[in-house]
Amino acid sequence: MEIPYTVENRPDTGIYNAKLGIWLFLASEVMLFGGLFSAYVLLRTGAEPGMWPHGWLDVRLGTINTILLALSAITTLLAWAACKVRDFGKFKFFHACTILLALSFLGIKSYEYHDKFIHYEIALTNGKFADGHLVEKSADFDLKNKTGSVTIHGRIVDDRKELMDLRTPEARAAKLDEVTIQAADIVKMQNYGPWHNTYTAIYFTMTGLHALHILGGTIVIFYIWAFNRKLWQKDPEHFTNRVEVSGLFWHFVDLVWIFLFPIMYLT
Amino acid sequence: MQATVQQFPPYRPADADKAAAHDHGHGHHEPNFWSTYIFSTDHKVIGIQYGFMSLCFLLFGFFLMLLMRWQIAHPAQAVPLFGSLIHWACGDMAPAVKDTAGNLVGYAISPELYNAFGAMHGTIMVFLGVVPLAFAAFGNYVVPLMIGAPDMCFPRVNMASFHAFFLGGVVMFASFFIPGGAAQAGWTSYSPLATTIPTNGQAFWLVGMVLLITSSLLGAVNFIATIIQLRAPGMTWMRLPWFVWAQFVTAFILLLAFPPLEAAGVLQLMDNALGTSFFLPTGLAVAGKVGMASGGGSPLLWQHLFWFLGHPEVYVLILPAMGVVCEIIANNTRKPIWGYKSLVYSVLFVGFLSFIVWAHHMYMTGMGQKIATFFQITTMAISIPSVIILTCLFLSLWGGSIRINTPMLFALAFLPMFGIGGLTGLPLGLAAADLYLHDTYYIIAHFHYVVAPGSIFALFAGVYFWYPKMTGRKMNEFWGRVHFWCSFTFMNLVFMPMFAQGIKGMIRRMSDGGINYSADHVPGAIDTLPRNIMELNWWIFAAAVGLGLSQIPFIINIFASMWNGEKVGTNPWEATTLDWHTPTPPPHGNFPSEPHVVRGPYEYSAPGHENDYLPQAEFPNAAHAHH
Repeated sequence: MEIPYTVENRPDTGIYNAKLGIWLFLASEVMLFGGLFSAYVLLRTGAEPGMWPHGWLDVRLGTINTILLALSAITTLLAWAACKVRDFGKFKFFHACTILLALSFLGIKSYEYHDKFIHYEIALTNGKFADGHLVEKSADFDLKNKTGSVTIHGRIVDDRKELMDLRTPEARAAKLDEVTIQAADIVKMQNYGPWHNTYTAIYFTMTGLHALHILGGTIVIFYIWAFNRKLWQKDPEHFTNRVEVSGLFWHFVDLVWIFLFPIMYLT
Repeated sequence: MQATVQQFPPYRPADADKAAAHDHGHGHHEPNFWSTYIFSTDHKVIGIQYGFMSLCFLLFGFFLMLLMRWQIAHPAQAVPLFGSLIHWACGDMAPAVKDTAGNLVGYAISPELYNAFGAMHGTIMVFLGVVPLAFAAFGNYVVPLMIGAPDMCFPRVNMASFHAFFLGGVVMFASFFIPGGAAQAGWTSYSPLATTIPTNGQAFWLVGMVLLITSSLLGAVNFIATIIQLRAPGMTWMRLPWFVWAQFVTAFILLLAFPPLEAAGVLQLMDNALGTSFFLPTGLAVAGKVGMASGGGSPLLWQHLFWFLGHPEVYVLILPAMGVVCEIIANNTRKPIWGYKSLVYSVLFVGFLSFIVWAHHMYMTGMGQKIATFFQITTMAISIPSVIILTCLFLSLWGGSIRINTPMLFALAFLPMFGIGGLTGLPLGLAAADLYLHDTYYIIAHFHYVVAPGSIFALFAGVYFWYPKMTGRKMNEFWGRVHFWCSFTFMNLVFMPMFAQGIKGMIRRMSDGGINYSADHVPGAIDTLPRNIMELNWWIFAAAVGLGLSQIPFIINIFASMWNGEKVGTNPWEATTLDWHTPTPPPHGNFPSEPHVVRGPYEYSAPGHENDYLPQAEFPNAAHAHH
């Protein structure tokens, strides 16, 4: 038994099964990310005045990542077009580019995550806040027993709100130095992980889910790229369909980033 | 007509088929137990797998309910028969009960365990019972047959869908046995309650839900693609049996409504596991202590995301059931279904509207007049197509020479039972009345009338109706009728009194059955629960036990009829639709030759014909006629 229309289009619907399937799947993905985007909107509009962060992410890295994904969209399209004109070599080349671009994206994303995990906000006993990237902890550093000290590269501010908007002229002009703080002076020390506030929470959740999609898409594309040569030799149209379907998924993932980039980095 | 009758690839000589299977490069395995029953990609086997699993879960969920009803009727008293079992499974959550002399009497249900049972009863009945039975089991088994397809569009995705469902069920079930017990925040899992209860059961619940949602998504994609792509030549949209339409709309609801809950589930999992504050407000104090979480989250966000699924889910529970009823009524009245087009447009309209009524579950949250007005209007509007569907089914009975059998009895009972459930929902859709009735037993009675004697009766009807196609034998008619009349009686005895309790103000989710608010407990206080209302608790428990015993004939019937049932041929009900024009049971690939659909689905009693039914399809290439 064979399922009809796995390769050729059904005449009256004009589409083959997998292409319809992936479009339906993408519709559900729209609702998945739609739910998260609405969560973002509600959390942001519901935040206390002045407590929603601005400018916490590096726009330059975000822009580079945006360009990487845009390029990968082009190479994905070219890889499919190469299949359509039955040029396997070109397909190999273009999808190799796609995979490399995707891995670069993930590399930059990991760097950005790492940067947040070593970035600490430290509430001090005198009511001030130290904020900056971890340089080193002394060997005997222990928050519970109040021994040792921690050194960060950053600054000390009077009001926590000063840390919220880094786009202001004052924040831009702020001088960053190495500051050493005694454990005894620390009330609470927390890095910029998802638990830091609702912004980092939604940032890590949405970009993390997006990165998982990138990873999944890369694995599928790599699988087709590396292990499907037999299918290409037997039934190139079927192979091309796989490239097209995985490409549709890839374009969707790119599109999600086009929305994530402005709401996380630019506003 | 000619344009749609095109070459249909699956039908080719048997040896060519084998050769193709070898070519595929997946290797051609001899079928063994594992590949036939566990890792099958055949939609019929998967349908039966879903059916078996979901019936087991329905029974389990019902058992949890029985324990809860015991607790409500006899708070903190030792559970008879099953006490030791519960203590073994749930440990100290089922504390020992001792008499005055210090002897062990048995084990009771603690309030925490009651909450766990309540949460898991709802979750299991909805996500592991009715949805997989109505949508996945019947949909998988019947839809490809009805549209004349050889299988689902994506058979391996179909298998993956069942395995995700199975895993989800295992995770949910396992959560009873962990320290702290299963989730206790209700099937709605409202935050911050769900995050602050000290048990990992909630994490199990969330992981289980993500698996179940994944299963539903895979199923929904498969169903929609199958119905669009694999209809047999001549099976135009307006020739689809209405059951297929109902499944089609249900699949769209699952496809689009479930993902926001998946998103919400991920967010709540982050709250539980990583200490984020998506749903935790600033300054949240638990047990008198302000928590360490950063705050700034929104509890209402969870409710919106949950009910955005939660309300469409109601239609996931009811639409396939209506589809089953429609097929059975058309078949047993021996006449065309009344208002086929109205049924089709109504089900589409219901599907659309179901996405914009969700906040009628949230009138108590202080959402404001304007938003409440919008949701009251949409809620009233969605009752119109529902009533049209019910009216069409009722009018179909008019003037029919009705054939009474077990499936027809259940289908007939569905109509008034769903009617009661639907009509009692109207006061809940209006904010003013809902403020009073919200969270009382009235609402429990209302939605159980929709899903228990509503959906589940329709699903019983479906089991009796399609059992002959699955096994080649009919279920025993006498015991079927015993099952029906007992279930019908006890079902009403269980749920009808709850309307009275709810109107009197008895609140749901009280592990002591409201004893602290009873007139006997606080004499002289205003608005206490009178004794006769409290005594209903005992009667409901007795009726629930009766309902449980009524299922015994059904369970025995299902197994015994496999060997002892009356043998039947291809089309025992003399039905028109394509599912009855394949061999019984249908082979892998379903149809021996390509069906060509030539007429609508319900051509019963057409004048001037020998039979009182005209099959939907012809088999021009068949070697011999086979119906």
